[in-house]
Parts: sequence; C-alpha cells; structure tokens
Amino acid sequence: MNQIISGKAYVLGNDIDTDQIIPAEYLVYNMDDPKERRLYGLYALSGVPEEKAGLPKGHIPFIPENEETSPYSIVIGGKNFGCGSSREHAPAALDIAGVQVVIALSYARIFYRNAVDGGFLIPYECADDLTQEIETGDELVVKQEINLLSNTTRGKSYALKPMGEVAGIVQNGGLFEYAKQNNLMNMDSRNE
Amino acid sequence: MTITEKILAKHADRAHVSAGENIWIDVDVLMTHDVCGPPTIGIFKKQFGHGARVWDPKKVVIIPDHYIFTSDIHARRNIQVLRDFAKEQNLAHFYDPGTDTYKGVCHVALAEEGFNLPGSVLFGTDSHTCTSGAFGMFGTGIGNTDAAFVMGTGKLWVKVPETMKFIVEGERPAYIMAKDIILKIIADIGVDGATYRAMEFDGEGILSMNMEERMTLCNMVIEAGGKNGIIQADETTIAYVKERTDRPFEIYENDSDANFASIHIYQAPKLEPMVARPYLPSNGVAAASLNDVRLDQCYIGSCTGGKITDFMAAARILKDQQVKVKTAIVPATQIVNQKFDTETVDGKTLREIFTEAGAEIGEPSCAACLGGPVDTFGRLNSNEICISTTNRNFHGRMGSKQSQTYLASPFTVAASALTGHITDPREYLNAD
Repeated sequence: MNQIISGKAYVLGNDIDTDQIIPAEYLVYNMDDPKERRLYGLYALSGVPEEKAGLPKGHIPFIPENEETSPYSIVIGGKNFGCGSSREHAPAALDIAGVQVVIALSYARIFYRNAVDGGFLIPYECADDLTQEIETGDELVVKQEINLLSNTTRGKSYALKPMGEVAGIVQNGGLFEYAKQNNLMNMDSRNE
Repeated sequence: MTITEKILAKHADRAHVSAGENIWIDVDVLMTHDVCGPPTIGIFKKQFGHGARVWDPKKVVIIPDHYIFTSDIHARRNIQVLRDFAKEQNLAHFYDPGTDTYKGVCHVALAEEGFNLPGSVLFGTDSHTCTSGAFGMFGTGIGNTDAAFVMGTGKLWVKVPETMKFIVEGERPAYIMAKDIILKIIADIGVDGATYRAMEFDGEGILSMNMEERMTLCNMVIEAGGKNGIIQADETTIAYVKERTDRPFEIYENDSDANFASIHIYQAPKLEPMVARPYLPSNGVAAASLNDVRLDQCYIGSCTGGKITDFMAAARILKDQQVKVKTAIVPATQIVNQKFDTETVDGKTLREIFTEAGAEIGEPSCAACLGGPVDTFGRLNSNEICISTTNRNFHGRMGSKQSQTYLASPFTVAASALTGHITDPREYLNAD
C-alpha cells in the first residue's frame, strides 16, 4: 500500500450508479482473461451521459479516444456513489482503468463493500462536497497516513474521513488477504 | 432487539447484538446467477484452490436468469461455466437453462422453490436479494469477492443495521399496489434515505398483502440504499412456505423495547398510483400528473413486477382491450409462464388476454430490465420512452443511453398501454 497517492481528478456528480460505471451489456467478459479483462477498463464510466462526464465542463471522456486506460487515477463523486446494482465489476472496472482512489461525500453500501473487500480501490469519504471544489484535470495528492487530500492545482487541502472499521481489510488489500492474515478461513478441510 | 438484530445474533451464535456492530455470521443460502456466478467461481478457485469444494453443496443455489435467451457467445459461455461447476461440485440446486429444470428470475425462483425461510440468512450476488426479506428473513446483495468467501467458508462479516420502520395503516384502495407504496416511500426518503439500514414494513396496509406483493415491496429497498427489507412472518407467510417446502423455519418478532432509527406512518386510503420519472427511482410523482408523457413501449416483467399477481392485475385492465403501443410481457419464471394458461379473468386465460390485446410475450428471465445483450427481448435500443414494472430508471438502464424509463405498478403500466401515454389506472378500474 502506497503512503502517498497522486494523480489527476475526474469529477462526477451525485448518485453515480453502477449502470453508469459499467453498463450491463459489458458484464459478459472474463475477468481472468487478459484480453477480455481490459475491456472492463475500456468501458469504465461509459454509461455517464456526456454532459455530466468530467465536471464542471462535461464532455470529457474518462478513457481518451484510442486508449484503454484513463489518465485520471482519482475519481471525485458526490453523494451515494456506486448506487444500484451489486455488480463488483463496477469497482473492478475503475481499477482496471487505472483508478486508485475514489473520494465521495457518501457511498452506496454494496459498492463500498465490494471496493474494500475486493481491494480494487480505496473509497474515501470527505465531509466537504468536493464536486464543488475540484475540477476535472486538477492535480491531487492523497496522504494516507494523515488522511489529507491536497489539490496542488488550486492550493487547497481537505480532511478525509479515516477508514475506520474497514482499515484492516483495506491495509491488507482485500478480504481474503485480511482473512488469511488473521486466520479467518477454515480452508484446510475444504481442499482436496 | 429488532427482527433483523435477532436473526443476525442467532447466526453469530450470540445472545445479543447491537446496531453498528461488525459480526461474523453463518450463512444458510448463497445464491448466484449467470452474470456474477462465473467471476465468483473464478475468485473461489483462485483463493481456495482449484480442487476446492464449496462449504456445503446443498446451500449454494445457482439460478441463471439474466442473459439467457441471447445469441451473445460470452453470455452463453457463462452458462456453461455454471453447468461445469454445478457438476464438479455436485450441487443440489442448479437450474439449467438448457433443460426442464430452468426456472427464471432468481428472486422469484427462490420463493417458489422454498428457499425463503423465516429466520434464515441468505446472501445473493444480486442487489435485489433484499426481496427475500418479505419472508421475515435476512436477505441482502453482495459482490463476487464476498460470495467467493462465503462459498468456501459458509461465513461472512456484516455490520448490524439499524431498522427504519414503515407503517401503512388502514385499508389499501383497490387501485393501489405494493409498487405504488414503495415508490412513495422512496420518493419521501430519497435514493440514499435508507443506506446501511433495514427497512421494516408493518401495518394493516402491508400485512393484508399476499407474499408476492410483499416481495415487490422488499425488492425495492435497495433503491433507497437499504441493506435489507423485513416483514414479520405471519399466517400468510407460513401458508406460502409450507406449500413449497418442509424445511424448518423460525419466526422472530420485534422486542417491545426494540429501538428503531425512525418511524414513518402512511394512511393507505390516501395513497395514489405513483410513477417514478427518469433518471432516479426516487422521482416518484402521481401518475395522474404525467398524462402528457407519450410512450413508445410498455414493459411488464422482472422480479419487481413479473409475478403472477402482477400479471393478474395487468390482465384485469387489458382484457378485451387493444394496446396502442408495443407492450412487452415477460413472466419472471417458468411457473408464472405456465400459469398464463391456467389463470383466468372472467373465463379468459392470461395468455389469451395478453395476445388478444396485442401484447408480445417473452421467455421467462430478467430480459430487458437491465438492458443486457443487444438482442434481448424488450430492450430499448434507441431514444424510446418506456413505462415499466421494473426497479430502476437510471441512464441507459434498459439499453440505450438515449432511452428513458418510467417506473410504475402493473395497473399503471397496463392502463398506459391502452392509451399510449402515462395513465392513472383508476380510469380503467371499476369497483369490482
């Protein structure tokens, strides 16, 4: 786990649902096949209406034309990020596209859980509505140790809420890693 | 403790749990389908080993339902992955699309096959797993990693949710269905109004409902961000369960001193038919206020609105009438489909009523509720405006990003099919 994460911001609004994050028609590709897996990254956030893609201006593709991954590694959202379907393909697609961190006002619980347990990205919460503070393309720095977000483009900083109860799982990189570390998997009698 | 707290405490082998606690619980049933099953299996094998066995082959229930009647080769590949896994693991409950055992929509099949047992814990790789809460049990949706963990260990961690209580008092008017009630509730509290919480439904207006209507209510708990829905099991529940299984169950009641996060009271006679406008399920308004919305398609189906109760309601309105717009009818399961030939309204079977009205009937599955592969029956492929009995109306939910979906009850969708614009069903429902 990195202590400092820096990257460009991609700003979205409220209630970004998992159909926007990865439309249902793409949920057929094999995650374990390298050629198919990259399609999840390619189609990440392709469900967001153009005018709302990359606020405040909009009409900024998350994946540039002729590319498969995103130059934006930090996604900024409003309230209820990741609502809708339980598809774990959603945080996975963002991860495959290159997203390391999402910072939102609040999350829908299944998306939050999937992001944490699958170790796809770190879902930070922030008490400030960053969608009104940050513009797509701003350079951001997340200092994990002190839960601080800095916008180096605009010279402002914001407190991030500590990970709290799920910190252990996040630190280990996911549920299985955490469980193995803490002897929570009764695996021995299961294998043949 | 509340009902939810009691169920979770029992499954954590604890005398007591409090809302907010993180606990590990034993799982009674893990359900998955064709979209999330294969990636779940992939993680299971990666983490537990390629020769690993599921924790209990009687407790893993695989119900393919999402992308079934399509020529998409990847979708069909997913079904083969499930077939292979079911065979390899000797699973007791796999409903193969290629055979007579195929069921259809997972949440409805779980009820039909007697997997919904009061007092039990069910996790499903589908957000509408909250539907099962109608049976006084704990049912909620999880992702592939969590499901793979359950697959190998039979356990999962949960945070005990607070409960919000929704009481609907009085007698429900004949034109009000469960869908109208849940759309009203979500309009009032918002798409994140119940995040991390259990939504409990009570009152005469709720308990007078049959199990299928209770399922519709609990089905959309997730659209308010809720963790699980819950309706205390009663005689109606017991009768439904016993008709289908003799597996044991346990009925829990709220303690008299149970704490609720909030209590919301509705008067049933004051409720109106509701329609949620694009692009959020919380955009519910009175159907009567949307008369000017012209429609390109009507859709009756899904776990929310594709059960036999839903079609009986639609049939009452469509009987001896002609639809003015393309109307797609998708029975949720094979059993519902078969009932189209045995259930009647004034002597006509449902199938006769729907076909004579000019509607098209599709194969039992999730079909176009979530768009799916481009050849899916009922999918919106352009800028169509559709009213449907489904559960979500996000951008592009039923297919194209240019399309729009309005959510409503089967009564309202049927009435709208007859006029070609959004129509309050009272115009077509006489006091019977």
